[in-house]
Amino acid sequence: MEAQMAIKTVLFDIHSSLNARMMPFGGYTMPLQYTSIIAEHRATRESVGIFDTCHMGEFRITGKSALSDLERILSCPVTSMKHGQCRYGFICNKNGGVIDDQILYRIGDDHFYMVVNAGTRKEDFQWIQEQISKETSLEDLSDETAKIDVQGPKAPKLLAKLLDDPIDDLKFYTFKQNSFKGVSLISSRTGYTGEIGLEIYCNNTIAAEFWHACTELGALPAGLGARDTLRLEMGFPLYGHELDSNRNPAETGYTRSISPDKEFIGSSVVLDPTRLTESLVGITMEGRRAARHGDILRSSSGEKIGIITSGSFSPCLEKAIAMGYVATKYAELGTPLLVDNGKQQLHGEIAEMPFYQESTCRKAIAKFL
Amino acid sequence: MTPDDRKYAESHEWIKVDGDVVVVGISDHAQESLGDITFVELPEVGAEVTKGSDCCVIESVKAASDIYAPLSGTIAEVNSELDATPELINQSPYDEGWMFKIKGFDAAELETLLDAAGYSSFLENN
Repeated sequence: MEAQMAIKTVLFDIHSSLNARMMPFGGYTMPLQYTSIIAEHRATRESVGIFDTCHMGEFRITGKSALSDLERILSCPVTSMKHGQCRYGFICNKNGGVIDDQILYRIGDDHFYMVVNAGTRKEDFQWIQEQISKETSLEDLSDETAKIDVQGPKAPKLLAKLLDDPIDDLKFYTFKQNSFKGVSLISSRTGYTGEIGLEIYCNNTIAAEFWHACTELGALPAGLGARDTLRLEMGFPLYGHELDSNRNPAETGYTRSISPDKEFIGSSVVLDPTRLTESLVGITMEGRRAARHGDILRSSSGEKIGIITSGSFSPCLEKAIAMGYVATKYAELGTPLLVDNGKQQLHGEIAEMPFYQESTCRKAIAKFL
Repeated sequence: MTPDDRKYAESHEWIKVDGDVVVVGISDHAQESLGDITFVELPEVGAEVTKGSDCCVIESVKAASDIYAPLSGTIAEVNSELDATPELINQSPYDEGWMFKIKGFDAAELETLLDAAGYSSFLENN
């Protein structure tokens, strides 16, 4: 049923013409892979990959009280954001669980743009609508907005050729208004792969033309499969795996996304150190056999200490890696543990994240132009 | 595309008689569906297997899949090349990507399997 009712993105016909294998995701039918997850993953690390991320949601929030409303709704500090800056943060419920993770864009003093996950978009919108002041305007721009990620060490040069305005001034987690063939769009120095590149937000009408222009210059179409292995190598959380409505986001260790000195919805739990019982950890497995979401983590003596939230073979490390939550006393680097998948106990140990250490996302863009 | 020198199970294994053993692997369709194969857990040599029972695991980037014994018998040999290079199954499913050999099988069980044409039409209809 889900596949039949799934929404097609504006790039669906392109995926079909490339014989992509499609999968349901967040209510959409999305490309899992075009040829090979590993090849698409490596192309993004070594050259440039292009991803359809049109399924993601985009909101516009404006008005004199937008800033104070967002300070209350989001875990991250908002007032300190400069125009043209992006910030990652959590939308929490009153119990301190995560409704969604998002990236906030500050366009002006009273003008913000928020990017949220596809599967949670409707719930996010309703929640935010309920929390904001009467004079704050919230609009869902998702249905008219296409999002295309172009990522990898060759992405900046490729994008610089296509975009009308230069991108050499874009620092990590900043954005600017730009255009392609005179049609305006947002070019954002963000991403979910760990590689340098941009996320482009444009009107649906130019999405296919922009995609073709990128692939003609050598960007390799990459699906959600590679997007997932790329983010896992970086230790980035994925909603529904590392984050959900019962998870205290302080347990992710993303302290920079949680303001310690403001009140926000859920802060009575999130900022209370006694409510921190588990820690998000990276795990490297002994071999190629992957741990999977839901597998039980046990100490060497067999005691249940946590759960796997994501796991896969890592194309760059050429072994299996995973993320999971463990009771904080077991979170020390190097701690050996067992992954119980119901049939076997696999050996692993707590490892440093990101797993992949050569990522380019934070490097100066000038080196790639 | 589907070699006609062997038999096929509806669970997508191929079975090729080679003297007193049968060689088992997975079809091109199966490797294509699984995607990049990253790990194979082979059965142990000497293990008794029963037709239709899971005896082996193939992992791709996205998931783990059980592989079923297409015939009853004893595991005679396994392709240990797959430990380090499981991608051989993607690259050469009908040849270098073979998985294991079964001895002591019942020849009558072979007759219950599909031939190449039968497997091709099974794929078209499913």
